[in-house]
Amino acid sequence: MKYSYFPGCSLKGLGRAYEESLLPVMKHLGVELVELDDWNCCGATAYMSVDEAQAAVLAARNLAIAEQTGPQDLLTPCSACYLVLNKTQHNITDFPDIKTAVHRALGTARMTYSGKTNVRHPLDVLVHDVGLDVIKEKVVRPLKGLKVAPYYGCQVVRPYSTFDDDWNPTTMDQLLATLGAEVIHYPLKTKCCGGSLTGTVPEAGLRLTYILLKEAARRGADVVATICPLCQFNLDAYHDQIERRWGPARVPTVYFTQLMGLAFGFPPRQLGLQRNFVPMKELPTERVAG
Amino acid sequence: MLDTTWQPRIIAFFCNWCTYTAADLAGVSRLKYAPNVRVIRLMCSGRVDPQFLLEALARGADGVLIGGCHLGDCHYVEGNAKTLRRFLMLKRLLADLGVEDQRVRLEWISASEGDRVRSVINEMVDQVRALGPLNLPGRFADWDREMTGLEAQVRAAEPQTAPKAGELTHA
Amino acid sequence: MNSNGNNGDLRIGFYICHCGHNIAGVVDCPAVAQHIAKLPGVVVSRDYKYMCSDPGQELIAQDIREHRLNRVVVASCSPLLHEHTFRNAVAAGGLNPFFFQMVNIREHDSWVHTDVGAATAKAKALAQAAIRRVRFHRALEMTRVPIHPDVLVVGGGITGIHAALTMANGGKKVFLVEREPSIGGHMAKFDKTFPTLDCAACILTPKMSAVRAHENITLWTYSDVVKVEGYVGNYTVTVRRKPRYVKEDLCVGCQECIAACVFKEPKFPDEFNVGLGKRKPIYIPFPQAVPQVVLVDPERCIQVRTGKCKQTCLEACADRQALDFTQKEQLVEIKVGNIILATGFKLFDAKRIPQYGYGLYPNVVTSLELERLVTSSGPTGGEIVLKDGRHPKSVGFILCVGSRDMKTNRWCSRTCCMHSMKLAQLVREHTGADATVFYMDIRAPGKGCEEFYDKSLKEGIQFVRGRVAEVTDWALAPEEEGKLVIRVEDTLAGFVRRIPVDMIVLAVGMEPHADAQEVRRLFNMSCGTEGWFLEKHPKLAPVSTFTDGVFIAGCCQGPKDIPDSIAQAGAAAAEAMALIDKGYIEQEPNTANVMEEHCSGCKSCIPLCPFTAISFDAPSQKARINEALCKGCGTCVAACPSGSIRQNLFEDEEIFGEIEGVLADA
Repeated sequence: MKYSYFPGCSLKGLGRAYEESLLPVMKHLGVELVELDDWNCCGATAYMSVDEAQAAVLAARNLAIAEQTGPQDLLTPCSACYLVLNKTQHNITDFPDIKTAVHRALGTARMTYSGKTNVRHPLDVLVHDVGLDVIKEKVVRPLKGLKVAPYYGCQVVRPYSTFDDDWNPTTMDQLLATLGAEVIHYPLKTKCCGGSLTGTVPEAGLRLTYILLKEAARRGADVVATICPLCQFNLDAYHDQIERRWGPARVPTVYFTQLMGLAFGFPPRQLGLQRNFVPMKELPTERVAG
Repeated sequence: MLDTTWQPRIIAFFCNWCTYTAADLAGVSRLKYAPNVRVIRLMCSGRVDPQFLLEALARGADGVLIGGCHLGDCHYVEGNAKTLRRFLMLKRLLADLGVEDQRVRLEWISASEGDRVRSVINEMVDQVRALGPLNLPGRFADWDREMTGLEAQVRAAEPQTAPKAGELTHA
Repeated sequence: MNSNGNNGDLRIGFYICHCGHNIAGVVDCPAVAQHIAKLPGVVVSRDYKYMCSDPGQELIAQDIREHRLNRVVVASCSPLLHEHTFRNAVAAGGLNPFFFQMVNIREHDSWVHTDVGAATAKAKALAQAAIRRVRFHRALEMTRVPIHPDVLVVGGGITGIHAALTMANGGKKVFLVEREPSIGGHMAKFDKTFPTLDCAACILTPKMSAVRAHENITLWTYSDVVKVEGYVGNYTVTVRRKPRYVKEDLCVGCQECIAACVFKEPKFPDEFNVGLGKRKPIYIPFPQAVPQVVLVDPERCIQVRTGKCKQTCLEACADRQALDFTQKEQLVEIKVGNIILATGFKLFDAKRIPQYGYGLYPNVVTSLELERLVTSSGPTGGEIVLKDGRHPKSVGFILCVGSRDMKTNRWCSRTCCMHSMKLAQLVREHTGADATVFYMDIRAPGKGCEEFYDKSLKEGIQFVRGRVAEVTDWALAPEEEGKLVIRVEDTLAGFVRRIPVDMIVLAVGMEPHADAQEVRRLFNMSCGTEGWFLEKHPKLAPVSTFTDGVFIAGCCQGPKDIPDSIAQAGAAAAEAMALIDKGYIEQEPNTANVMEEHCSGCKSCIPLCPFTAISFDAPSQKARINEALCKGCGTCVAACPSGSIRQNLFEDEEIFGEIEGVLADA
């Protein structure tokens, strides 16, 4: 199985633990990822809110590269990149003025785009393409006794829910269960983490982060598993401020790929777990026979 | 050069139970659509004799629309199935006559689909307008003149002697 | 007077109606009248304000007499509305009513076009078509179809029961077919009915008993209709009677067999209690079931499934020997003249709105489930309890679940506001719990209903105006621990609220049955866009359908409460009885007949008729049409290669005349 790979800026910067854990896990499962040559920033939510047509041009360049070099399935782990690229696909099809702007801009770089790229999320690829059976076989250290709160965040389910239910997604729940973890019922799995507001309007943004952590703690979660670099950062980096304003709610937050790596027997340092502000508890090192 | 005052004239044969009722519903709902269609009411689309379509086109209609119940819903069980059969055969004939595909249309519209009456009529009128007038009467007149002219030429080129008695002129 | 207008003195009267402003506002009626006046054969051409009114009709009759008219054309509304009216007016003037043709310039012209010039041109073209057509009309007589006096009622809920009793009391023989093992429908599951709060069972069961006891009603439960053939007055219906494995005429409902069943404890979900209770494989649906006869669930009974059971039930019934495991499905054919469909509704599946947590959180129930909890004969003996057995201290009622919703069902289900307020009152009465109703609007039409709303307010039921966003067990404050939190924008207060409650009741909306499309095809009817059975006219004919002899009543036609269902049941019964008492129905004589002098005996038409009205007469080698069987579709007419079949009212010449007329002016 081979996919084009769009890491996005986060996975090379603050969210590097996501890539550090994603790449070995995918390799271990026999999934080849080919990083897009000369990819550019997708613009994230910021550019889309300022100028939709220009933002589409920026994002479409990546889609065009993927279409041209192939494979045309583009694995996009970062939630914001995932949403922006998807939205750009829709906008190019639905809005003639955006389509014109994109084609004209791409044309100046002698590029074309005919809409064939498929933006795919790693959860989608892991559960639907690779399959839970294959993943289960690779588990050598089941995450027994680890209570995990599956947290999806908003951008993979709103406004488009392409590979999972928009209200109660379960792909990550199933994946975590396959790894042997105890997946707790977490009703806030798609609630907003505060997004960029945690930096700009903390009393609003951090409150949302606090609510997520408090509920996870209340339900006895050992760790929150997340799929988005901004969610991971929000949930991980502001515990002091949150404690000062509202009270303690210390639950570590990791990427689901890091949990996969642990279950596959990779050492924590290889998965970037040392980068967490709030460390995850040590797991026993017993292995399953065989 | 298209005559800009020309408006398409489309004759529609609607079945009483479904499409005619749907057109009434469109009226009751005050939906608005192009005024180029004139409806002839029949009890069932199965009553539509292919000769009706040919007559309409020959008399100068630019298009013909047949409206019946959805397959399986015909008030008379399967009249619309027969319509479909006849229609498909007629289309092939019409293609040979040079009548474009979009000018003759069969639609299944149920009694509650008033909005479909509107959208089908609007769409068809636009398509026929883009194709221009069919003007079959004019074409027939042209063909007649052409044939008369050719006939005259052939006769002029033929030898003037009458065939000998006993000589076969036809196989 | 000529019977075909090809030669002789054609005298056509043309009338164009203004219909007040409806037509005249867009179509230039005087101009059309003037245009038509110039056509050959037109003797009178008038425009008038309201042709369908008495003076309008009188105008036609008068003109026929004074001007010796032999054809009449009226351009006004749809013939589906007033063709009959004007035919009568023509007859009143002494002319055969079928020398009349109507032109639709309202529904098909003035109401759907805005360009006056184009609309008027269209009106002229359509009128001209009718003028050319009408010359070919012939004198005809309405055909009479006799009506079989028996009636079939499909569906044994309150609507079907009332329709059946009304007709049976009128001396008609009624077959009442119900697919559940007992009649009673949804109403049998209710505790008290709004707004009077009288007990549903108390007002329903006497009617159910009356059905059982009535000499004119043949009650077939656990049965459904599988085939319908024929037409108004002459239907042949095949009813499938499913095997109960109990002989209905021998079982007295003592229920000893149930007690004796090898299953010592009830184990299987109980349909009547909406899955909240349990029953054995041999059971009676509910204590007041009619007929009071036990039945065996073939999928759960060991004897039916494997043939290897002690059959203690047979022993218990030794003296009456009512149990019979050899019973098979039976198909019975009946002949009826009219059919009334009263098949009711199904409830919206609340799982389709996952935000409300139905199926996820155990203490989220539907309104019908709460109804069963409230009823003293229900699975909890009338105790309103949470899944863990505790009594709720607070209950939230969420309205419009699956109604008034762009994502699920667009319509209002009409009864849920009243139903929820009733349940709220009952909950408070039984448990003293706090009750809060979350609504968008409170709809309380009907007698006593607004007063019922007042009473709810006085009894301290809280009302929060806002569409509930979600139900969650996420707790933010200590008082929310262990409860279900309703998150809603209180639009009157202006902020988002979190309201913790113990139990949530979803007011699920009404929907057409899942098999509504199959059922309506069976009876040759239509459904509307929303899936309810389609009435002939939403205001003027709510219980008739476009298929003569088939009537609809109750919720199968659209959501409504019990008083309205009973009113429709009575209406449908009256319409059916009117047909039966008259003894015949008059139908348009648009039948086909073969002109034998032209028929070549090619037999192309014979297999085309779905009503087998065409046969081949061997001695004469001609096709022959039985006009009593002919339904007037015209398929054979279109198919005949020599044009030997003629359809009255839709003859080839008439249609060609219309085509000619409509294209006459370039």
